[in-house]
Amino acid sequence: MAFVTFREERCKGCALCTTYCPVNIVTLDKSRFNNKGFHPAVVTDMEKCKGCAFCARMCPDLVIEVEK
Amino acid sequence: MSEKVLMKGNEAIAEAAILAGCRCFFGYPITPQNELIEYMARHLPEAGGTFLQCESEIGAINMVFGASSAGVRAMTSSSSPGISLKQEGISYIAGAELPAVIVNIVRCGPGLGGILPSQSDYFQSTRGGGHGDYRMFVLAPNSVQELADLTLLAFEKADEYRTPVMILGDGILGQMMEPVVLPEKATITVDKPWATTGRGKRGKNNLVSSLFLNPEELEQHNFKLQRKYDLMKEKETRWESYLTEDAEVIVVAYGSAARLSMAAVNMAREQGIKAGLIRPITLFPFPDQPIRAQAEKGTAFLAVELSTGQMVEDVRLAVEGRSPVHFYGRCGGVVPDPKEILEKIVAIRALQEARSESTEGGAA
Amino acid sequence: MTRKVYSRPQSVVDMPFHYCPGCHHGLIHGLMGEALDELDLTEKTIGVGPVGCGVFVYDYLDTDMIQASHGRAPAVATGVKRALPDRFVFTYQGDGDLAAIGTSEIIHAAARGENITVIFVNNAIFGMTGGQTAPTTLVGQTTTTAPIGRLEEVEGAPIQVCEMLNTLQKPALISRVSVHNPANIMRAKKMIKKAFQCQLEGRGFSFVEVLSSCPTNWRMNPLQALQWIEETMSAYYPIKDFRMPEGGQ
Repeated sequence: MAFVTFREERCKGCALCTTYCPVNIVTLDKSRFNNKGFHPAVVTDMEKCKGCAFCARMCPDLVIEVEK
Repeated sequence: MSEKVLMKGNEAIAEAAILAGCRCFFGYPITPQNELIEYMARHLPEAGGTFLQCESEIGAINMVFGASSAGVRAMTSSSSPGISLKQEGISYIAGAELPAVIVNIVRCGPGLGGILPSQSDYFQSTRGGGHGDYRMFVLAPNSVQELADLTLLAFEKADEYRTPVMILGDGILGQMMEPVVLPEKATITVDKPWATTGRGKRGKNNLVSSLFLNPEELEQHNFKLQRKYDLMKEKETRWESYLTEDAEVIVVAYGSAARLSMAAVNMAREQGIKAGLIRPITLFPFPDQPIRAQAEKGTAFLAVELSTGQMVEDVRLAVEGRSPVHFYGRCGGVVPDPKEILEKIVAIRALQEARSESTEGGAA
Repeated sequence: MTRKVYSRPQSVVDMPFHYCPGCHHGLIHGLMGEALDELDLTEKTIGVGPVGCGVFVYDYLDTDMIQASHGRAPAVATGVKRALPDRFVFTYQGDGDLAAIGTSEIIHAAARGENITVIFVNNAIFGMTGGQTAPTTLVGQTTTTAPIGRLEEVEGAPIQVCEMLNTLQKPALISRVSVHNPANIMRAKKMIKKAFQCQLEGRGFSFVEVLSSCPTNWRMNPLQALQWIEETMSAYYPIKDFRMPEGGQ
């Protein structure tokens, strides 16, 4: 199993990380805002993560870390 | 002690720069300073340095910026229109507090002007030239010997104050041949812990920058620069006084105009007029003090320049209305005959005498 | 036992970027940081930054840095490299900086085959000043100074910098990459590292143009911006290698 962590306080909600996830588990949490005032990116179902790190690669703020 | 050699002014600057430890020279051809870059092209590589002819004056000054950031002694040279192009870079060099030596072998302007000697870049040199609240240390040699000696000084002071230094010559000085005793090879002792040389084991990164977006920080930075300029005024002001002790008329002139003026002063003395000369060697900082001291005595001044009158403003600022300040200048590449300057001295003296007679008459 | 598949590179300083949401500058800093880490370069690097949005690259990369005046970074880098030939020297420049005011400096650094690496961020607009036309702005693209779109008959055609530099004899590596999807990002990462190696091996001038987005000034959301790179921008600026060291493609 792979594991994705977000430094949520630095997320700008640009959603680029959500675009290329092969299992569609990265999304913006529209139910809340981070301290910058953005909807932060989250993983909905970590079990499904393959650890491809496409989300981390796409993130322009380098806030995503992926472990496998 | 080295022996006397006969050298052209431009070449003396170049050789002195090599002896001063200049290791990077970036230039661009422009008359009347071409001998300088040509000399560098031949001799700097022999001394283990880098000579590069650049794409433009702008390229050259920014390469100086880079080489100086990297901690080596770096220099560029040009003439007036080329110096105008370098102003952006000079402002950045001043802002980033980098040492650099810039030679300006002045020609006539404005615009393309002409290639003949002139002193019309005084404002550009002493008032900053580029944008922002900065000054340059400006040296004004008047002989080939002084071109060599002041080049050495220029590198020392650039490092000491982390500031751009300009050597301000003109076509006469650049092209003239005179015997010169070259200075001893300099031993560079100054440490540059601020230089961007790669972090290595330094532990912290170095940054060379002139950007301060926080207004309080930028204000402090500007104050810091001003303190540096104040220190220069206190410690680095240089001038030569010639026959000023008993003088009734003092000519103020620098560079080649001072050579002509000295001849005129000698001619005046032969006629029994007590004339003298104050020759600023640093234009910034300007030698206010000896001028003011003479002004206190009521001595009249005559500023002589190869321009329509630029340095004369600094003479007036030094005098502050204490005594009369006159001006004589030729421009466009026309160089005055010392006799013209003499005529002016004679006229000023006559005016003084007429005035003192009328004052005496009034008092009676 | 877990291993890190991706984490922030060591040589990218751990601080938030000032860039707008979806702007690619940070991502490109990340790619450069990875190459600096992998080649163990931080202690021997001097970077030269631009004027423009990338001006604060000096805060973000953990190396010695110089802040150059607008467009002059290749000249400044030349000065550094000539003074210290054994150090690693790069410039980081946007398209306003490099392709407008800095054309003279970039062309001549390339023509000399100066042994430096240039990372050229092309987002087809002046970002920092608020979205004015750049020399790279596409025909028809609207900007604050081309309100009805860039008109070829008035403002000419956009400059293709890689193609232009590729007419010169001396450059060792010229490549255009993009960062709009993972495959292109991986290619960009490899190319930046290759360009760095090119300099380390003393092969001369290496140049990587990175197509990147400016959602704010393109008046798009970050996802639309990716699509615009894919469909419109890369059509005019083909993503390809123009020249590789050893003459290979």
